Amino acid sequence: MSADITAPLHGRDARPDWVWHLGVIGFVAVWFALYRQLPGWSEWIVAHLPVDRAGHTGEALAFFFYDTPKVMMLLMLIVFGMGVVRSFFSPERTRAMLAGRREGVGNVMAAGLGVLTPFCSCSAVPLFIGLVSAGVPLGVTFSFLIAAPMVNEVALVLLFGLVGWKVAAVYFSFGLGVAIVAGWVIGKLHLEGWLQGWVRDIHSGAVTPGVVAADRLTLVDRYRQGGVAVREIFGRVWVWIILGIAMGAAIHGYVPQDLMLRIMGSGSAGTAGAWWSVPAAVLIGIPMYTNAAGVIPIVEALLSKGAPLGTVLAFMMSVIALSAPEMIILRQVLTLRLIGVFIGVVGSGILAVGFLFNYLF
Amino acid sequence: MDIKVLGSGCAKCKATTDIITRVAAETGKDVTLEKIEDMRQIVSFGVMTTPAVVVEGRVVHKGSVPSRDQVLAWLG
Repeated sequence: MSADITAPLHGRDARPDWVWHLGVIGFVAVWFALYRQLPGWSEWIVAHLPVDRAGHTGEALAFFFYDTPKVMMLLMLIVFGMGVVRSFFSPERTRAMLAGRREGVGNVMAAGLGVLTPFCSCSAVPLFIGLVSAGVPLGVTFSFLIAAPMVNEVALVLLFGLVGWKVAAVYFSFGLGVAIVAGWVIGKLHLEGWLQGWVRDIHSGAVTPGVVAADRLTLVDRYRQGGVAVREIFGRVWVWIILGIAMGAAIHGYVPQDLMLRIMGSGSAGTAGAWWSVPAAVLIGIPMYTNAAGVIPIVEALLSKGAPLGTVLAFMMSVIALSAPEMIILRQVLTLRLIGVFIGVVGSGILAVGFLFNYLF
Repeated sequence: MDIKVLGSGCAKCKATTDIITRVAAETGKDVTLEKIEDMRQIVSFGVMTTPAVVVEGRVVHKGSVPSRDQVLAWLG
């Protein structure tokens, strides 16, 4: 029976493995060749449009025609790579690695695994219960749940492509940092009693073992999972990316360079920078719900118009990490009080990051 | 044959139900399909990711929309 049931993932495909390996190598080679041609092509397109290249419209169009294909291509490559990497991780494996782990080390591991474990927000509840019921400490579970949406490849690719690698690296490290510290703090508060009653019962009860035979994947299966990831993520975000970049392009071409600087001030220690811009960014960001693809072109535009880095980072983190729909999903397992603490602790962490960066830069 | 789809009403869960219904109709198998959306029941199967598929009381798949070939294999 079990042999029948866990049967071939993909029955009729009989392509030999080497075709796949060659295909992947070929894809990467073509990718790099195309990527290098992009600046030339975008200039060529704009040059053939009836607009003045140096004018507002020309500026906006050049931005749009260069950044759209660039970001799409980066996203395709990285999402494929992450799909392959994620095939080495599964929620069950993550649970086994985290179960019984002490806080501290556990929080660090959980945040890292949050980035690597395949996870969609609709599975947040069974995943939460799966972790907590297996003896993963509550704070460690939270580190996982905070890192998983906050540090994701779509956000990082867009930051890298539109803003630059330094800001992407800062976002990556401080995103992880907030997840680790916030989870650790929640653990220290010992709020296990604030879980919903039925979850506590599972917690103290026996662990239901995850079923399904262990995955034994070949490299080709992993390529396929990379392909599936590209189809899924791409299908979901491409519209947002185009809209976002179009908006970013419009802001580029038409909005005065120092608009944000005039509103918020530079925020740095020596100037009369508006300290309130960081909490304002967090307060606006928490209820906002959009995926990373939608928010980062806005982030890019804000930065290029002189908004301080810390304020923009805080805005972005609060939009991506805390959202109303996620809270509604988590409401099934957490009491309102615990959700309040969760938002409060994560929000404070984000505030701290925002102030720190405005102070430093 | 008794098949359950576990998942709290996300798009992928619907796609999973659809593909099973379709393949069952094509092959003419007699399938009782049940959708389980209640979270307590879902976690009682020990799955950590949805959509998950339970065939005759056994979890055979979880975390993604199954492929046609997989469904065919379950319907055997």
